[in-house]
Amino acid sequence: MRYLPLTPADRASMLETIGAATVDDLFIDVPAEARLAGPIEGLPAHASEMAVERHMSALAAKNLSAGSAPFFLGAGAYRHHVPASVDHLIQRGEFLTAYTPYQPEIAQGTLQVLFEFQTQVARLFGTDIANASMYDGSTACWEAILMAARITRKGRSVLSGGLHPHYGEVVRTMAKFTKDDIVSLAPELTADPDDAAVIAAIDATTSCVVVQYPDVMGRIPDLAAISEAAHAVGALVIAVVTEPVALGLIEAPGTLGADIVVGEGQSLGVGLQFGGPYLGLFGCREKFVRQMPGRLCGQTVDAEGKRGFVLTLSTREQHIRREKATSNICTNSGLCALAFSIHLTLLGGEGLARLAAVNHARAQQTFERLAKVPGVTILNTAYFNEATVILPRDAREVVRELADRQVLGGVSLGRLFPVADGLHNGLLVAATETTTDEDIEAFATALEAVLAGASA
Amino acid sequence: MNAPNASGWRPSMGGAGEAKFATSSGDYGLMLEEALSFELGSADKCGVDIDEPSRAPVAGLSKFLRKSAPALPGLTEPETVRHYTRLSRQNYAIDLGPFPLGSCTMKHNPRLNEKMARLPGFADVHPMQPQTTVQGALEVIEQLADWLITLTGMASVAMSPKAGAHGELCGLLCIRAALDARGEARDVVLVPESAHGTNPATAAFAGFKVESIPATPAGRVDVAALKAKLGPNVAGVMITNPNTCGLFEPDMREIADAVHAAGGYVYCDGANFNAIVGKVRPGDLGVDAMHINLHKTFSTPHGGGGPGAGPVVLSEALAPFAPLPFVTRGADGSIHLVEEENAAEGHAQAFGRMVAFHGQMGMFTRALTYILSHGADGLRTVAEDAVLNANYVLRSCEDLLPAPFADSGPCMHEALFSDAGLAEGFSTLDIAKGLIDEGFHPMTVYFPLVVKGAMLVEPTETESKAGLDRFIASLRSLAERAKAGDESLHSAPHFAPRRRLDETLAARKPVLVWQGEPGVPGTPSLSEIGGS
Repeated sequence: MRYLPLTPADRASMLETIGAATVDDLFIDVPAEARLAGPIEGLPAHASEMAVERHMSALAAKNLSAGSAPFFLGAGAYRHHVPASVDHLIQRGEFLTAYTPYQPEIAQGTLQVLFEFQTQVARLFGTDIANASMYDGSTACWEAILMAARITRKGRSVLSGGLHPHYGEVVRTMAKFTKDDIVSLAPELTADPDDAAVIAAIDATTSCVVVQYPDVMGRIPDLAAISEAAHAVGALVIAVVTEPVALGLIEAPGTLGADIVVGEGQSLGVGLQFGGPYLGLFGCREKFVRQMPGRLCGQTVDAEGKRGFVLTLSTREQHIRREKATSNICTNSGLCALAFSIHLTLLGGEGLARLAAVNHARAQQTFERLAKVPGVTILNTAYFNEATVILPRDAREVVRELADRQVLGGVSLGRLFPVADGLHNGLLVAATETTTDEDIEAFATALEAVLAGASA
Repeated sequence: MNAPNASGWRPSMGGAGEAKFATSSGDYGLMLEEALSFELGSADKCGVDIDEPSRAPVAGLSKFLRKSAPALPGLTEPETVRHYTRLSRQNYAIDLGPFPLGSCTMKHNPRLNEKMARLPGFADVHPMQPQTTVQGALEVIEQLADWLITLTGMASVAMSPKAGAHGELCGLLCIRAALDARGEARDVVLVPESAHGTNPATAAFAGFKVESIPATPAGRVDVAALKAKLGPNVAGVMITNPNTCGLFEPDMREIADAVHAAGGYVYCDGANFNAIVGKVRPGDLGVDAMHINLHKTFSTPHGGGGPGAGPVVLSEALAPFAPLPFVTRGADGSIHLVEEENAAEGHAQAFGRMVAFHGQMGMFTRALTYILSHGADGLRTVAEDAVLNANYVLRSCEDLLPAPFADSGPCMHEALFSDAGLAEGFSTLDIAKGLIDEGFHPMTVYFPLVVKGAMLVEPTETESKAGLDRFIASLRSLAERAKAGDESLHSAPHFAPRRRLDETLAARKPVLVWQGEPGVPGTPSLSEIGGS
């Protein structure tokens, strides 16, 4: 076994030091009837590097990768170009194989990265502070709702109809057990998000309103108006950003009044990875810091007065606070945060703004072309890089038929909202800077053929 | 000067602790100081070539447009590479030497895992692609699930939890859902003192009340005390096995039988599964739910704190309640990802969804690669060598550092010492910081809480005997210095990128984002920072 350094002679000599006859004697506390005499049956024995690579490569080859087909999926996970230096740097062993920075004197590399990451996220979101990352956007959203309940001492949360349905499911799943009151507004196929419905749902018992920005159909809610209404009754606004590249073009949620901003950071540096690991982003007002979930990295000085960084305020955390902890988070997404931070450092604010503008332009080009396909209309008045296309029939079937033609043509609203009525003809289509003219043409042509009933 | 130490890693030049003069750059040879990216970058720099946008924004977007770009300075590619490379050199890592963090389990990270996870067929697929286009990815989930089920002797596995604590939550929610299905409102979870600190937090999060069970003088669950607490209000027990003292709970089966007889369920914290993988199946001990930290047992990288991955294996009794999504194989051989409630036979009682997509696919790929590399035979040896290494450290140091449970049998994957017997004023922290100067990452300190001044050493199976001998020699020498009252230990580390950091200051006056300094590049005006 190439990963195990002990030789038979080492083992014998170590057993002698320990005073045990065999290694099985070290498992003496395990009840004899539960001890397995040999390797578990029905599983293969170890394999060489070459053999494992062959096996895994064969599995990988069964998938149609995004880069090998015209690709238009979004819905909370976006395909962006990741500069080569990002993946190179996160694979440096000193980053890749470091553990949680419990010993700050020899973890300054990771800690400084987390401090820079927190600053980047706070500036991107327009919040005072940010934490050192969460599991993903959906769990960050749930943690934000819990935090709002702690701050407002109220437990009624309003979820807008434009919230990603999986995020809503995570929230409702968890609330079943913690007994929080969740009001979920229905998704509606309207050109603009129904901000009035959100505002109408806010009352004196409301802890927070959760608004996705841009929303799951690619529309952009009026956060300023919602914030004004929420703050008037002491409710907090939680803005959810699933596409942080959008914030290069549209105003930061914190600037528009959001009290807590959470999001999915996958778009920058992380890659699609079939859904994970992703990167939960979390920013808020400074006065809420002690109610915040997750790890925090803080600046301090060392014994010689030099600037340095440490994990701080850990009394909020579960390994210290036990049943009074502020969150379920016991780790962060350190390596994904590093990738995000490197990508954002390469871009800078101006670069992000230009990247966002290119995304938006590519999306416009896509929707202008799709609008020319007979029977197709575009739902949105405004959008960033994703919008909802209305088809003449159930989009779930159309997506499957497009895939038969090797075109990955978006996410059907029917798959996202399996139980909602009246949405099934909706197709969520995203374009990014990776989308080419040829991709757009191939998509439009294939869609035209599918809708015309031609066989692949 | 600093000779390369025995581990082969040259300790960094410290600050004034070692240097006799100050350099003008702040660097000392290969020990590099590095400013923040905000102090290095500027708004007119970018490390990515981006096309000019071909169109102006759509009319409907005008009222949402931001007035100026985010206040984030950029760096060119060479500056970026240098910034992060220099920062990387201020980190200790398993690639540099042993990382004996007990209960955290940091073993060698094989690079084949990284290579496989980066195959475009895994790394560049979208979670909501049509299922016909991701059959290979679904097969990875299915194969890993099969290994986890077989290795643990359980009935089923929920793959989606994102980390260990998230897995704990998943297991408890399965228990809650099963109790709901039985129409019982049991609301107490028993948590022994020897369990992970995350356990009571998770139980509280899942809406349960927590009651603590004491440990015996031998560091095990007090079975009589546990049995005395069982009753109609007890939903279950959360046991860490092997426990946080590094000991196996020999009465696990008896505890499980008693809990089951009283109508409760057994949750096992599987963080330490690496100690028993291939040797014992938790299912044989009566466990109903157990999370497996893939990064610990199956070496997926934890890069500075994460990502983790915490699949939860489930008994027959809890399997129907596992959250969405999960994979099933159809009669035609194709694999389906079930995303809708009430969509599949036998899974009709799914308690909901815990994450947006399907869990940590990138970690599944790495874990499966690691598992296939070891095979059933190699995984068994992993546990044996991990336990052998831990006992070797225990027996090689127990004469100098008291090992509170050494007389109650072999330890499992980690050796537990206490700081009793050091000279007045010397403690675990001095040993830990001294180890840094010796070129090692310190062990886990002051945990578990049941031992005064705890030092929890987990060498793992990927340390050689020669490497362990060097570590033992350093630990012994530090224990001797601390017994002799060597004052220089109080100011250790002397040879690290930073001397002791003021953690109290950080907590008292939290500075969580860069405040900026006048005249320094990248310093924003207050209005640019935003917020209140």
